[in-house]
Amino acid sequence: MRAWRWFGRGRLPRSEGPWAWLAAGSVALSLLMLGGLLLLIAGRGLGHFWPAAVVQVEMEDGRVVAGRAVRELPLERGKGRERLYFTGNRDLDGQVWHWLPVDDIAAIERPAELVVLERRRHGEFIGRLIAVGDREAVRDAAPQQAAWTRLQARLAALDQLRAERERLRREGLRPLIRQLDADPDDSGARRALAEANARIYDLQQAMRGEVALLESADGRRLHQPLDEVLRAWRPNAMSPAHKLAAWGGGVWRFLAEGPRDGNSAGGVWPAIFGTVLMVLLMSLLVTPFGVLAAVYLNEVAHQGRWTNLVRIAVRNLAGVPSIVYGVFGLGVFVYGIGGSLDEWFFSDTLPSPTFGTGGLLWASLTLALLTLPVVIVATEEGLARIPVEQREGALALGATRFETLSRVVLPMAVPAMLTGVILAVARAAGEVAPLLLVGVAKLAPQVPVDGEFPFLHLERKFMHLGYHIYDTAFHGSDVQAAMPLVFATALLLVLVVLVLNLTAIFLRHHFRARHGVQPRP
Amino acid sequence: MTLPSRPLPSSGSIIDFPAEASCFQIEGLGLAYGGKRALRGISLRVPRHRVTAFIGPSGCGKSTLLRALNRLHDLNEEASHEGRILLEGEDIHAPEVAVDELRRRVGMVFQVPNPFPMSIYENVAFGLRLQGGLTRRRMDDIVEWALNAAALWDEVKDRLRASAWSLSGGQQQRLVIARSLAVRPEVLLLDEPASALDPISTLKIEELIRSLKSQLTLVLVTHNMQQAARVSDYTAFLQDGELVEYAPTDTLFTNPSLRRTENYITGRMA
Repeated sequence: MRAWRWFGRGRLPRSEGPWAWLAAGSVALSLLMLGGLLLLIAGRGLGHFWPAAVVQVEMEDGRVVAGRAVRELPLERGKGRERLYFTGNRDLDGQVWHWLPVDDIAAIERPAELVVLERRRHGEFIGRLIAVGDREAVRDAAPQQAAWTRLQARLAALDQLRAERERLRREGLRPLIRQLDADPDDSGARRALAEANARIYDLQQAMRGEVALLESADGRRLHQPLDEVLRAWRPNAMSPAHKLAAWGGGVWRFLAEGPRDGNSAGGVWPAIFGTVLMVLLMSLLVTPFGVLAAVYLNEVAHQGRWTNLVRIAVRNLAGVPSIVYGVFGLGVFVYGIGGSLDEWFFSDTLPSPTFGTGGLLWASLTLALLTLPVVIVATEEGLARIPVEQREGALALGATRFETLSRVVLPMAVPAMLTGVILAVARAAGEVAPLLLVGVAKLAPQVPVDGEFPFLHLERKFMHLGYHIYDTAFHGSDVQAAMPLVFATALLLVLVVLVLNLTAIFLRHHFRARHGVQPRP
Repeated sequence: MTLPSRPLPSSGSIIDFPAEASCFQIEGLGLAYGGKRALRGISLRVPRHRVTAFIGPSGCGKSTLLRALNRLHDLNEEASHEGRILLEGEDIHAPEVAVDELRRRVGMVFQVPNPFPMSIYENVAFGLRLQGGLTRRRMDDIVEWALNAAALWDEVKDRLRASAWSLSGGQQQRLVIARSLAVRPEVLLLDEPASALDPISTLKIEELIRSLKSQLTLVLVTHNMQQAARVSDYTAFLQDGELVEYAPTDTLFTNPSLRRTENYITGRMA
């Protein structure tokens, strides 16, 4: 006791000032760390889409490479520094990264004519464009500017052909295939299908043929078929406005397209869609169950030892590791319920499973289970906060207990329920471990919603931003190259959670203005 | 709306009070929460179309007695009672009595104004919607009538759609009274209805109580003896869960028959 008093009175400051500073300091530190993290993610992620300058580096020993400087590290003990260049051209060099000692660099230039091609295979090409034309006829006599103009024209034409092919596939082929599925003997449909296929084949032939004659910085030549080129740009010749436009286009493609090259390039649209859809489904599943459970615990059940025991159990469920929920979901939902569903309703497709494998529904259910305690606890606290006078006021007007609950108590508790949903969404959107077991896929370019009946395909596997981060960062062939995409995806995941939460907060504000518990005058 | 009123004895002992003129007949009522006794052997008759006040020190059981009249004490699972409460001759604890119907007939206003988080109109219409079967126009009429009866109509008629919580405390309390009146109760229980209000609002509530007794029976719990003297016709003094004295207000305050009552109303509590 005496020691404590000595400690308390003698050593700790008694005025308010230092404590206020300590508290404010810890808040500031937390905010600083959060802001720093977001800035790092945003900078590394968004910078990736900027068409950065490419340089041509000549070494003392005569080697020449072209590429983008990525970063610089000191060599051991005073041997100068070493700089990492991204040089592309995987098909020529077998690698896309070059570490060059800074001291051995003889000259660095920024030739305006350096082009960067984004290709469907082998990643980026960095070098010079010599000419564009048929494979046999292509000559290197064409002037630089003419070749560049021609390349752009050809790429635009190819984009149109691709769109045309896509349209044919969507409007010509798929309905016919569905028709034939229903009636395999429909000879008219069979003929139409053959015609459509032939048209697509013609289109594909038209897309082949032309090549670009390219030359790397050290003079090696390469014939690049144009239909494998997605985009071409000359970063050193672009104005800032052009670069900004290209950056916007890059961000848009990242958001709107599917992944390519084993998730190491391309966009993340299916993952965004899968994440949002899964979280929304999860919210739809968890809210009614959580609210009903909270209403039972708080309003219906006899407030005794058993109810308290259940309450403690529910609160403790929130601490169970998420992978445990994943295992539970796999065993009960996927194998148990899903397996039974397959036996009863989809026996014609067995042994290939329909619901008996991971899918959107099971992932949503598993996460709903995971977030159930959060919703129950938040709703219960909201119900307990509603003043007893409100309940008695309704009862004194002749309302039954159910009417009191449904007309007065529950509307007033809506903001608290939404708080629970906000917490649940924040937790569920970032959760990856249980999804590994119950339905997330490395690549599922088909989103689970489309024009085919029943439009929402609950049994399909889906992509998820969190898992996409994990997969891109650790399972790609070139992790270094995919790193910016990891940051961009992480930023996107934060933004998705933010948007989902803002929606719920907006709703909560709306309901609070109408029904909420306000301080009494 | 007027209920048939019977002549009441204007003075004299309350015990002579005829059963036909009483709204509530309480006979030997005892109430306990768990093992704790809150009321013991209370017998009294509440006259119809009069204001009856329950007074007594804090914790004497006056609010408990009031809440027993519309069975709000039922909400407490540990509550148990003995004796009988008759409303117009019927035992309110009889198994065939629906408690929600009883509470519609016996409305209640609480110490803290408790309007629901809805518009002014919806607050008054709340009880009507529970009963259902009213046309829009009929509902409008009753809402207007109730707000008029609660002397609030002129203040809110232009903002019926505004939130009830935008009203002042006194207005809220009158809104709550209007809400109770809208379901046409036979009795209105008031549990210290003015104790959270400023003097002007208190005055308005008191005027309202006096004006309402032509339409229904009022039972008022108050710790303010001046208020009881000002508005009530009959006063019951409770102490330690027992009824000490019950008499016409004038008699009780000017000529109490028991020393305990006199000590309390003159402020000489032991």
